[in-house]
Amino acid sequence: MEDDATPTAEPWQVMGENLDIMTGGIPWGRRMSFRVTKLEKGRVWGVQPWKERLVGDPDTGVIHGGVLTSFLDNLSGMAASSSLEKARFVSTLDLRIDYMRPAEPHREILGEAECYHITRNVCFTHAWAYHESRDKVIATAAGAFAINKPRSVESLREF
Amino acid sequence: MSDDLLPTRGEQVQAFLGRTPFAQEIGMRCEVMGDEMTAIMPFQQKLIGNFTIQALHGGAIAAFLELTAMAQVYLVTEHLERPPRPINITIDYLRQGHAKDTFARATITKMGRRMCSVRAEAWQDERSKPVTSLLAHFKVSGD
Repeated sequence: MEDDATPTAEPWQVMGENLDIMTGGIPWGRRMSFRVTKLEKGRVWGVQPWKERLVGDPDTGVIHGGVLTSFLDNLSGMAASSSLEKARFVSTLDLRIDYMRPAEPHREILGEAECYHITRNVCFTHAWAYHESRDKVIATAAGAFAINKPRSVESLREF
Repeated sequence: MSDDLLPTRGEQVQAFLGRTPFAQEIGMRCEVMGDEMTAIMPFQQKLIGNFTIQALHGGAIAAFLELTAMAQVYLVTEHLERPPRPINITIDYLRQGHAKDTFARATITKMGRRMCSVRAEAWQDERSKPVTSLLAHFKVSGD
């Protein structure tokens, strides 16, 4: 394991250097083919491309709501982990998705998530999915994530 | 399909799942018994969300539950020409989903004229130990 980050690097910095493997290393993430495009402390942006196999309505070609759930769940989880001072896994306690308007077929969906509050054991998140901007949102999500036991910051590279 | 032999609603639900790419993607099947159904999501490697602990991805289970809830509503709303659209869902991750087959059933708590409220639960080994539960609202007015 090559080490270009100092041991004092914060989790979000290490995560930011390894955006591709953040989702590429997860079979379901690969299958959904979403990518993380940008990461700051407690804030994550991503793209969910349109794919034939993700269509939930064969008559309109619109992507299934479950794809958005996976996408926003993942982004929210990353926003939660990236907001912590120490490297820790988080696991979704619950997630609520509101479907505001249908996604348009054959268009990629942009997403962003933020962790807006942290307690000793729980991270609270908000997330948005849209085509152009948050003014015209397709779905929003509110999540709560349990913070698991600490692990080494280097282990973040092995996602 | 001939006019004098229309498919039953159960057959329509099966047909919808059969031609919906995403239902096929997660490998979902369902067994319809009158106005009830049980959905099955056989284990596949691609459903994994965490290699180290070989756990199913929460998003895959949530998608499976959302499809189960939708199929259950469609099954009992004969007036709808198309499967109902979701308004919102809340997912409660109760236990780790392991690398094995997952089952789900949905119950309609309240069927209104415009909206309905549905609860669904997914389990693996024991029905009494659900892995994930879902609460969903669907639009059931046929416009």
